[in-house]
Amino acid sequence: MLDLMSGFVVELRNAGLPVSLTENLDAMEAVKHIPIEDRAAFKYALAATLVKNEQHWKAFETVFEVYFSLRGPEYNVLDEDGEIDEDSLEEWMSQQMRGMGGQGSAEDMSPEEIAEMLFRALMNADEAMMAAMARAAVTQFAGMEPGRPVGGTYYLYRTLRNLDLDGMMDRLMEEAQQRSDGDMTPLQERLEREEFENRIEDLKREIEAEIRRRLVADRGAEAMAKTLRKPLPEDVDFMHASREEMANIRKAIQPLTRKLAARLARKRKHKRKGPLDFRATVRQSLSYGGVPAEPRFRNPRPNKPELVVVADISGSVAAFARFTLHLVYALQNQFSKVRSFVFIDGLDEVTHMFQDEEDITNAVHRVNTEADVVWVDGHSDYGHAFGVFWENFGSEINSKSTVMFLGDARNNYHATNAWVVKETAKKARSVFWLNPEPKSYWDTGDSVITEYATHTDGVFECRNLRQLEGFVDNLA
Amino acid sequence: MGDTMFGDLTAVRDGLKDVDYLADDGIASVVFLAEKLGKPVLIEGPAGTGKTELAKSVAAMSKARLIRLQCYEGLDEAKALYEWNYKKQLLRIQADRGSETSSEDWTELQDDIFNDEFLLTRPLLEAISAEEKIVLLIDEVDRVEVETEALLLEILSDYQVSIPELGTIEANQIPLVFLTSNNTRELSEALKRRCLFLHIDYPQLEREKEIVLTKVEGISDNLAEQVARIVRSIRQIELKKSPSVSETLDWARTLVLLGVQSIDVEQAKESLHILLKYQSDIEKTAKELTVEG
Repeated sequence: MLDLMSGFVVELRNAGLPVSLTENLDAMEAVKHIPIEDRAAFKYALAATLVKNEQHWKAFETVFEVYFSLRGPEYNVLDEDGEIDEDSLEEWMSQQMRGMGGQGSAEDMSPEEIAEMLFRALMNADEAMMAAMARAAVTQFAGMEPGRPVGGTYYLYRTLRNLDLDGMMDRLMEEAQQRSDGDMTPLQERLEREEFENRIEDLKREIEAEIRRRLVADRGAEAMAKTLRKPLPEDVDFMHASREEMANIRKAIQPLTRKLAARLARKRKHKRKGPLDFRATVRQSLSYGGVPAEPRFRNPRPNKPELVVVADISGSVAAFARFTLHLVYALQNQFSKVRSFVFIDGLDEVTHMFQDEEDITNAVHRVNTEADVVWVDGHSDYGHAFGVFWENFGSEINSKSTVMFLGDARNNYHATNAWVVKETAKKARSVFWLNPEPKSYWDTGDSVITEYATHTDGVFECRNLRQLEGFVDNLA
Repeated sequence: MGDTMFGDLTAVRDGLKDVDYLADDGIASVVFLAEKLGKPVLIEGPAGTGKTELAKSVAAMSKARLIRLQCYEGLDEAKALYEWNYKKQLLRIQADRGSETSSEDWTELQDDIFNDEFLLTRPLLEAISAEEKIVLLIDEVDRVEVETEALLLEILSDYQVSIPELGTIEANQIPLVFLTSNNTRELSEALKRRCLFLHIDYPQLEREKEIVLTKVEGISDNLAEQVARIVRSIRQIELKKSPSVSETLDWARTLVLLGVQSIDVEQAKESLHILLKYQSDIEKTAKELTVEG
């Protein structure tokens, strides 16, 4: 058990989770109080002690599945000490691989039978049946080959393709229609559909888990965990984020902007106390018999921070721009005064688009279609865009403004007009630049980041949430 | 430590159920462990999912006194831990001066004014100096500044408070501590390390239905099911603020009051303002519910 736990913790660390020594000890202590047969409780006990960030839950779950999925009573591979019994494991494995060995009727059915049983299980939300069918489906369709170093995506795909879940969905809806004599209101229909979608999602997860279990049995936990290792949400590169990852990133931006706003606000609040408040001091002194023991000060007048965001949305940073726009939108909700500009080779103000639209998707859509950002050919031209910026809006930058430039500074060998950044920096409180490119690419090819950088208060590599967070933290 | 407080996992779950709090596996396990290990629990999750309620329910279940510290920006030692009663101290000094020739030694006086009598206890100190069983709830801990967080560390890990003039006050009993956070900022590693972590998300369909059934009087099974399903459906839409459990309950209560037996689209749309708090969200949801269905 001890070995297993330490292996597990090592793998968590490999996956990037920060597990400290005390947390490790806590986990050891915690599982002593939990009966090992209770898998759910066991899992939550580990999670409560080892995972201190909700974003890491998914990574934890994957590792947990890999390390502990085989150790349930239903597989009979545990002997009394909680150690893996090699013999029974082997036996179980060969059974699974052959798929036909005495596992009962569920294992040797025809595809039609499986489909029919699955349909009924889904219809009645019969979880035990669904799990059994998932097992049968994997045996039938996945065509797993022992010893292949794969992560299981392909097996999952094969199984799902054979199950034809879209067709299943239609059948389920038809059946539901019939049951209610065909007079379902649209709302009911929607709810039914979602219910079935939910069950099918459960089924997919079950199938995935089943495949994973078999792969672990085949390849061993360590190798499997390594294959399945994915970057944590905060390490996902904005440029290569998948849809799902992007959604996660979006969710994480919100608190970050709040933090940024708090940082900028706090700076001004803690800087100094206001002048002595004479009246309040006298009033306070009365409770000490007229001795002014506690001088009172006026609160300094808060000057609201203003933020000016200038963002590149050209093709070379397209993926980053998606993120940028979300960031700008989130910022707009936090700061009282934000002005946002986007550019490619022309520059346009988009503040009003974010303000008018309550919904971020609409706002992004409007920016992409309505903003007038193309001047000549729609290739990045920082020089010209900055020129326009200075000419039209430069006069509005004052000592309260914080200016943020977002872009890779790939200028297609145009003139840089770096003086705009210099002049801006002179007038503004601070100027920052966030660059979505890895540092090693800076100043290669047509990147002219250093020319701009010299005039700013700092250029920060900003490719994932961790770096963005680092930037926000350093502001204080 | 009182290992007799909760027997085992099921006892925790049943106990919580008796006080009308439906815990899932995760919640029950963590509460159970918190008591066994004597560690504080850090609860995170969206607003209105019953974080504060959990602490209250645990207090009710274990018949402990609940002490609550509401955090806010600017919270300091004087309001969270303890404070010297300056006024009383001043009076004491003055009274002394008024009497005879101040023959008394200054040190003696000092000893006198820095003792329990002049100490005002604030929630944290009160929690550990109490004799009876205590559940300490530190609410919305993410609202205090990072620097203030450090105040909590001593009490969370060692259950003691150090007062320079008095020395260290140790706990008479280990209180069960719950910290809640709405995750508006990342809490410091030091704090997280000392706590068990529990994330409470929106409940699954069945659990939400159960919650509606226990908390709303006179609701039919059928209506509760519908409510839970519609709320789940709404949560899938991308909104500024998804409906929370407390809003679900409000909605269910309204429907019961209106005498609704089964919800149709019109009724749902008309009462959406109870579930959702932003006009844009209401409009978007109303559109979604009619169009896509």
